[in-house]
Amino acid sequence: MSPLTGQILNLFASVLLLIAFAMLAQRRIVTLINLFAIQGLALVGSTVTVAWATGQRHLYYSAGITLVLKVVILPFILHRLIRRLNVKWDIETLINIPTMMLVGIVLVVFAFNLALPISQFSQSIARGTLGIALACVLMSFLMMITRSKAVPQVIGFLAMENGLFFAATSATYGMPMVVELGIALDVLVGMIILGVFMFQIREQFDSLDIHHLEKLKED
Amino acid sequence: MEAFFVLLAIPLLGGPFLWLLGDRRSAPEVNAALSLATFAASAWLTAVVISGGPITAWNEQFFVDALNVFLVALTAFVGFTTSLFSRPYMRIEREKGKMTGPRLRLYHSMYQAFMFTMLLALTTNNMGILWVAMEAATLATVLLVSVYRTAASLEAAWKYFILCGVGIAQALFGTILLYFAAERVLGAEGNALLWTHLNLVKADLEPAIMSLAFVFLLVGYGTKIGLVPLHNWLPDAHAEGPTPISAVLSGLLLNVALYSVIRCKVLADGALESRFAGNMMMGFGLLSVVVAAFFLSRQRDVKRMFAYSSIEHMGLVTFAFGMGGPIANFAGLLHMTVHSLVKSAIFFAVGHAAQKAGTQLMEDIRGLIKVSPTVGWGLMIGTLAILGMPPFGVFASEFLILTTAMREHPWATPFLLLALGVAFAAVFSRVQPMVFGDTHIKPLPHQPALVPVFVHLGLGLLLGLYIPPYLAAWYAEAAKLLG
Repeated sequence: MSPLTGQILNLFASVLLLIAFAMLAQRRIVTLINLFAIQGLALVGSTVTVAWATGQRHLYYSAGITLVLKVVILPFILHRLIRRLNVKWDIETLINIPTMMLVGIVLVVFAFNLALPISQFSQSIARGTLGIALACVLMSFLMMITRSKAVPQVIGFLAMENGLFFAATSATYGMPMVVELGIALDVLVGMIILGVFMFQIREQFDSLDIHHLEKLKED
Repeated sequence: MEAFFVLLAIPLLGGPFLWLLGDRRSAPEVNAALSLATFAASAWLTAVVISGGPITAWNEQFFVDALNVFLVALTAFVGFTTSLFSRPYMRIEREKGKMTGPRLRLYHSMYQAFMFTMLLALTTNNMGILWVAMEAATLATVLLVSVYRTAASLEAAWKYFILCGVGIAQALFGTILLYFAAERVLGAEGNALLWTHLNLVKADLEPAIMSLAFVFLLVGYGTKIGLVPLHNWLPDAHAEGPTPISAVLSGLLLNVALYSVIRCKVLADGALESRFAGNMMMGFGLLSVVVAAFFLSRQRDVKRMFAYSSIEHMGLVTFAFGMGGPIANFAGLLHMTVHSLVKSAIFFAVGHAAQKAGTQLMEDIRGLIKVSPTVGWGLMIGTLAILGMPPFGVFASEFLILTTAMREHPWATPFLLLALGVAFAAVFSRVQPMVFGDTHIKPLPHQPALVPVFVHLGLGLLLGLYIPPYLAAWYAEAAKLLG
């Protein structure tokens, strides 16, 4: 891989990481969905770069699947969902942004250290990408833990999947096609089920606040 | 070859078919018939394997060896008996107004979808497809956990979805790392995720990558096994969903998740040449056994209590596989089998008991033996069996695990004995007054399905007294495979 493609790949990786930070700090649901779509776009960009640099044909297909699923369909479903649920302008008030940012930085350092012994085996790609992928996964995880509303939790879940997908393309030139199709199908079905589920939750509690879902505890 | 096709095609097509069939009177019977057909196909596959040894199919995408053949048969069998149990159970739920037509339609089609994902996970040779099937199993059951639409069941389902989703995401990262390691040896072909190929080159896989991959895989699939501290979803999902679903979650899903972990352990062991993977499993397993045993005594809901008992037993099996060696592996496989049979039998009995009493709170279920002796005896015998009383199969496997632990890891034995003792005291003291004692329980509007209960318990008893030679040979061969 030429230095230029390595640099381009690094650029996309840093965009992914930047968006992960932005999501961590974003209170508005509608902006979160847009950030998720942009993250998907960066993912498409990085996949195409790897495909072009390595000549792996099937990576173009998986870039196409990502484009359709994560940039078009999922954001569309999410936008529709928040419109129908009337939570479009909801603002999460409970998160402490400076602390979240600091924890996020700690996670990035941790992820890089964890990935360090492995990245050296990476033959051709920019070294940092596996660390960045892991950092994205961990930050989405953090987002899911700290958010109290259902939709941001789901977006965190999907963003985590983005990080995993990036790990797959950057470290291994993509998983076998059949596996990628299966994963894409799972994500899509999961999203639809979550959509159904959110209506059930709202019907029951008149709100999408996860704090209602904390009754089942050990005495 | 054809056996694979039939085995997977029946539940795959059965799901949409039952959805189209909708809410007919015949739907439960069709569900049971499809499950019977699946069981017959699994018996066929078993017969093929008995006569011809391990087989692969479809460009090696599917395979059956000594390790998964009996799990396939067990899964199809418990799937069939649970579908028999769910016929009267769901009829009673419907009369009580807890189930409606659309919900039953969802239930039946998702039941078949769940069976498909379990069988796919067991028979696939591709570690990536294994992941896809495990995730699909969550998706198929999550709407069934929330099917009653109560506040508690919605919460349980949300927790189930999010926790298992996050857990399984870790497993995907582990799978990616596994592929990363494999690709260096096998090349970037579709074969690099096939377990049979990986097994051949496992000694060449890069140890640094494999150790990290195994950590992620264990944490990921361990969430589905319900290993402490990743177990939070399990008691809620078991307690709030309909009882047939509790039975298949406990009897099948946990087993299949554990099966995924031991497949990964074989690869990690080969690559690492150290006891790293085994030690991690022993740690998680022991923690699960001890923590679950102490949680058992604090439960008031009967299904919750038996859910914690599942965590305890899964921890014990994980510990056994962690120890490794022919005897412990043999015991682990036997324990998986009998736990699956006995625990689902208990859930069948508990389901009818809770329907009779109109509650799942144990203090309000009293004197089952007076109103319906069969349910009472089923629950009592099942409880004794799961607590490891001789001559049931659980006793045999627990005895083997304990003696191996005493010989090889003496430090662990006091913890295991303490946990088993606490579990015995906790469960027996709760179940005894439920079965005996004064009662105000009313009879059920329909005959309860008790044949499955006693068939399962009979098999559990049989495995304690006599293991058929071919089954013993499989266990031994699979134990050797596991190292």
